[in-house]
Amino acid sequence: MASITFDKVGKIYPGGNRVITDVNLNISDGEFLVLVGPSGCGKSTLLRMIAGLEEVTEGELKIGDRVVNDVTPKDRDIAMVFQNYALYPHMTVFDNMAFGLKLRKMPKEEINRRVGEAARVLELGEYLQRKPKALSGGQRQRVAMGRAIVREPSAFLMDEPLSNLDAKLRVQMRSEIGMLQQRLGTTTVYVTHDQVEAMTMGERVAVMRKGRIQQVDTPRNLYDFPDNLFVAGFIGSPSMNFIYATLEGEGDEVYANMAGDRVKLDRTAVAEKSALANYKGKEIVVGIRPEMFELVAAVPSADPEQTISVTVGLVEQLGSEAFIHFVKPSPPVVTPDIRELLADQGTDAASLGNETKFTARVDPDFTPKPGEEAKLVVETQKLHFFDKDTGDAIR
Amino acid sequence: MTTPAVAPVDEVPPQPISEDPGARNNSLAAWLLRIGSALVIPAVLILFFFTFDFLKQEDTNKLLQVAVAVAVGVGGIWLLYWGMDRAISVMPEQIGNAVRPFAFAGPAMVLLGFYLVYPAVNTFILSFQSADGDEFVGLANFQRIFTEETYLISIRNSVIWVILVPIVAVVIGLGFATLSDRLGKRSETVAKSMIFLPMAISFVGASVVWRFVYNFRPEGFGEQIGLLNAVKVATGTDPVDWISIPLWNNLFLMVILIWLQVGFAMVILSSAIKAVPVDEIEASRIDGANEWQVFRKIVVPSIASTLVVVWTTVLITTWKVFDIVFVMTGGGFDTSVVAERMVTEFFTFGNDGMGSALAVLLFVAVLPILVINVKRFQEQERLR
Repeated sequence: MASITFDKVGKIYPGGNRVITDVNLNISDGEFLVLVGPSGCGKSTLLRMIAGLEEVTEGELKIGDRVVNDVTPKDRDIAMVFQNYALYPHMTVFDNMAFGLKLRKMPKEEINRRVGEAARVLELGEYLQRKPKALSGGQRQRVAMGRAIVREPSAFLMDEPLSNLDAKLRVQMRSEIGMLQQRLGTTTVYVTHDQVEAMTMGERVAVMRKGRIQQVDTPRNLYDFPDNLFVAGFIGSPSMNFIYATLEGEGDEVYANMAGDRVKLDRTAVAEKSALANYKGKEIVVGIRPEMFELVAAVPSADPEQTISVTVGLVEQLGSEAFIHFVKPSPPVVTPDIRELLADQGTDAASLGNETKFTARVDPDFTPKPGEEAKLVVETQKLHFFDKDTGDAIR
Repeated sequence: MTTPAVAPVDEVPPQPISEDPGARNNSLAAWLLRIGSALVIPAVLILFFFTFDFLKQEDTNKLLQVAVAVAVGVGGIWLLYWGMDRAISVMPEQIGNAVRPFAFAGPAMVLLGFYLVYPAVNTFILSFQSADGDEFVGLANFQRIFTEETYLISIRNSVIWVILVPIVAVVIGLGFATLSDRLGKRSETVAKSMIFLPMAISFVGASVVWRFVYNFRPEGFGEQIGLLNAVKVATGTDPVDWISIPLWNNLFLMVILIWLQVGFAMVILSSAIKAVPVDEIEASRIDGANEWQVFRKIVVPSIASTLVVVWTTVLITTWKVFDIVFVMTGGGFDTSVVAERMVTEFFTFGNDGMGSALAVLLFVAVLPILVINVKRFQEQERLR
């Protein structure tokens, strides 16, 4: 077992294409770290750099105390689980798992013991003599896991190992992998594009965008204290609502004027975010998680200065909760990545129209009907504030 | 010509091949119509052959003849098929469905039988007859093949060819395929094209090229122009008549075929190697395999079926090789092989009996390989 350390790691392909920029990350021994981000953000490349399948062109990568920049994959003592499992089709399940051990010239009894143990844990016992072709997707996934486990490596690398499974199996395997990792205590780096997977599995989650790590923290902290608009928008489902607002001071109180809706901010929250004082009278971006809304009907004691009126659009009734969609007449918040996306398509922010869409998670018992007017109270102690130019959180 | 086997009704496999009730209509009328429909087109063709004199006239405009031939050949066949389809569609549905497959596939079967099966059967019969085919000699021809030294040498040589050429060609082809796979895109294309190039040369052409490699001139007959002997002379050693060194000369001839076949082996194996998923190779590297182990334990097993196909294909080509020997030595200096011997018997000695016997030998020897190939193919299909 070992820690994994990135020190100013970067990667530029021979053509000059830069995919990883200045990654500094310390994954401690036994930790379960998830790399998450949209496709093309470099998370898989980073994982493959740990595996030795991609060259590190800048900085230093350490496994344990050893710099592994120039160490071949076979000498890194890591095991990897691939997205499509990469089982050897011509070998039986047993041979697939035993392959790495045989190459290391391990005694037969030890190989049998380890494979047997892994097969027991993964419930593959009766399939050991089958070829991968004769297995279901879930079973293949287990074989891939087993192949990694029997090696007893210093780290597991997993590249979207669950993305080829159906939704139900995915949830099941998610918890199984989590439990397995806890039991084995092996350092694990897990790549996924699914933020739910990231949040539920990772001890810490590193959010990546365009080859840079945006933020590394526990799932809870990522959710509560996102460093910037990207992380705030990426983590959480449904996503955080963003709207442009002007901060207005009035006596001791601070109000956020969001396209005409004036909401009084929570005094303690404002006091805690000392940098907020510099933004008085200026336009910022306010982030509101869907659950920070509630129907006034469900909270009769709500402060009228913290309520807004909305015209209900779509209503999604889930039983345990309900989602209300509505719009506000304010241009949508354009984050740097949205601006880039638009530029790629040859348009700009103006094409997005003049309405900001909102989702509110509310008490299912008081759900209004589409088209009705509703009053929503905003839980202002948990609002997020961002600089509208840099997208960084204001704290 | 055998008619396609139709299983008796009680032996129909559990899953009916066709849900179509017409497919199992085995009434006499249906069978008569089936055979009739299969024979219509061949019959028309034969009729044409004997009645349509225009195409045989030598003093008419050739272009016009070609145009008429194409029009009548393509258009006529189309018309015949169309006409039969119309005729079938006015039949009762049951009968029509029973007859349709025979109307479409039947003519080709009949013609194939005429051009392929009949000659094969005739060759088989000829092999039991004397040189000019006027009396039956039983197994005498075969007895000669397996007792007389001339033939035994041919068989010995053929066996050596068949063992060495496919293996060497496949091994070198696999080597080139593996190595070229690691080159950059452009250099890979260039390297592969160079190695594949000989494939474009006919066996006779290649033999002529290699005659210049092995060329030898006895003293007093001018300078050595052969490539190998030029090298020998330049390095101060005596020139050698490569083609006449017993046993070795066989190997020198085999080099030509290997040179021709390596390109084929390489191209097929290269695409098989490229089809091995990168993930599997990366997984094996992470599992601790070095490059040789990746090749030996992942790549080679993954392309095993392609290796067998390439090997058997080259093997059959080798077994049938005639041109190289014929051009290089004419079978002399104990370099004769079975196929070359067959041609010599037929056309040089006019011995149809011996030639046919050798042809039968060639055919029978290939059968096991065909069986292996077909079995292997079925196995693969089953696993798919």
